[in-house]
Amino acid sequence: MGMGITRSHVFFVTGLCVGFLYMHYIVYSDPSTAEPAFFPLGHTSSPKNILFDKNESTLSQNVRVLCWIMTGPRNLESRAKHIRATWAKRCNKILYMSSVETDFPTVGLNVSEGRDQLYWKTIRAFQYIYQHHQNDYDWFLKADDDTFVVIENLRHILSKQDPKKPVYFGRRFAPFVHQGYMSGGAGYVLSKEALKRFIEGFDKGKCTHFSTIEDMALGKCMETMNVEPGDSRDVKGRQTFHPYPPDKYLIKQQPRKRPWYLIYDHYKPREVSGPECCSDHAVSFHYIYPVQMYMLDYFTYHLRPYGYKYRYNPDVTTTEVESNNTTTVSD
Amino acid sequence: MLSEGSSFMKGMALGGIFCLVLALLGSFTPGMQSSPEDQHHHHHIKAPSTDELQRLSEPQMVELTKKVRVYCVVMVQPKVLVYWATAKDTWSKHCDQAVFYSSESTKALEAVDLNEKDEWARLRKALKHAYDNAGDLRWFFVARPTTFAIIENLKYLLLVKDPNEPFYIGHTVKSGELEYVEYDSGIVLSYEALERLVKVFKDEEKCPERGRALWKLSEEKQLAVCLKYTGVFAENGEDVHGKGLFNGKSVSSLIEESMVKNPQDVVEGCCSDLAVTFGGMSPSQMQVMMFGVYRLRPYGHDFHDSLILLPPEGSDND
Repeated sequence: MGMGITRSHVFFVTGLCVGFLYMHYIVYSDPSTAEPAFFPLGHTSSPKNILFDKNESTLSQNVRVLCWIMTGPRNLESRAKHIRATWAKRCNKILYMSSVETDFPTVGLNVSEGRDQLYWKTIRAFQYIYQHHQNDYDWFLKADDDTFVVIENLRHILSKQDPKKPVYFGRRFAPFVHQGYMSGGAGYVLSKEALKRFIEGFDKGKCTHFSTIEDMALGKCMETMNVEPGDSRDVKGRQTFHPYPPDKYLIKQQPRKRPWYLIYDHYKPREVSGPECCSDHAVSFHYIYPVQMYMLDYFTYHLRPYGYKYRYNPDVTTTEVESNNTTTVSD
Repeated sequence: MLSEGSSFMKGMALGGIFCLVLALLGSFTPGMQSSPEDQHHHHHIKAPSTDELQRLSEPQMVELTKKVRVYCVVMVQPKVLVYWATAKDTWSKHCDQAVFYSSESTKALEAVDLNEKDEWARLRKALKHAYDNAGDLRWFFVARPTTFAIIENLKYLLLVKDPNEPFYIGHTVKSGELEYVEYDSGIVLSYEALERLVKVFKDEEKCPERGRALWKLSEEKQLAVCLKYTGVFAENGEDVHGKGLFNGKSVSSLIEESMVKNPQDVVEGCCSDLAVTFGGMSPSQMQVMMFGVYRLRPYGHDFHDSLILLPPEGSDND
């Protein structure tokens, strides 16, 4: 005990630490430097530098789109919420279709949940929409709760079409149905007439729930009711609706045969991978989870290169487009 | 009681002296005390406002657009070839001149071989080379290949700044007394700043090639220290709303953070519309970025910007 640590020692070591730390503070602090100015996030942004073309606001009035999201109670918080926070507000009308009515708000359809109920959900959803909204809108879009949609680009395509004609648009797939069908995940949009015929089909028994595969089954009903599958590609022949996320198509890979995720496509792709996959004015991407949903929202509506003169301009006449092309148009 | 008190005082004195000795040995601290002259310099650089730009005449604007040209210094290493190849195939095409500086030579890709393993020495050599080969380019942007840059937005930030003034811009970080620009979010130097830097490189006392300190400073801090000796201070690049333009993290990381911090306003609360850089990006993310930045947009949103920047020739992904 005589050789042990005494109280003096303890005080000494404490003093050592205190002295060291105090000196450290003196030497390395710089109280004279002002903190960078802090702008609270609630700071109202000054008027944005956007001048909408006369086109864009009138487009919203003339091309009225009702959007409905295929969702369910389990996905409201994890997925539908983020659609509500991003692109849903750009629709003329948004409806969230579920098996249960809630304050989200969701429409409660007479269905149960589950993958095998998707076509029942679709049928009931369109019946609900036809019953309540058929006269108020020109086009009716169905999307999943993991689909990202750019409504302005959808309107741009539809503005050249007649909603009184029996036609529907989406990512056209070739198999199973003779005239093809539109991918469910990528979203598809029915004209007013097409919706009418879909409802009629079920009323008259010409269309039935013959399969649980929603997109293919709907495609069959469209064929039965003589609704034409439209071509949604842009003026350069690039796809606008996408059943997969952008990285699936954009990342350049070794040239090879068409990969499995392009095998269903009705139209031959311009290239197997790389930037010609997707239109500048893309309409949709699928398998988009919350982080990517906000990222796509940021890329589409916020982040931009100042002053950049975009290469693609669909309003330029076709002859000019061809002469400006630096890439050869393959087919 | 008294003996304990005096033990304490002795300990304190010894601790303090020990700390001072370490500080003196380990850094340039004695010369770095902030002096009153430092107070008046700006810590933030803001992008020009619409008003500012509207006050310029058309010929003035054209003149400025022509002058704001950027020499990109991209620091690469052969062992991460795919990053190098991606930088070459994506954002660097928008630089007026992009030069790749490598730690060692490789046949795989074209680069200036600096034959140098030490990061700081490599940066010095690259900057010296850039200065010697600048031609009539007056702005320098230094990046690692994991950083994605939108050069148009960099030009917008620098549009009304004079490169004959010393500028050292990026995402600034304070470490003790030193304010430096974070490497991962990209470093911007004006011609004047680079010229002063190249001069102070010759001063082994102030700006040694191989750091003498007890513990080595990272090259981003070394750079700040050397520049500080020449009177050039780090400035934080911001948009008109005060949002940082230089980001050391990827878009996905920043969005994830924003989802936690601003769940009601994720995108608004995240990042600037005119962001210049994002760091920590993988090659795949960069390819998607090219589409997201230079192509994907809603039909009908036209911006009527004050200047026009053309897409690079012979490029297929923008």
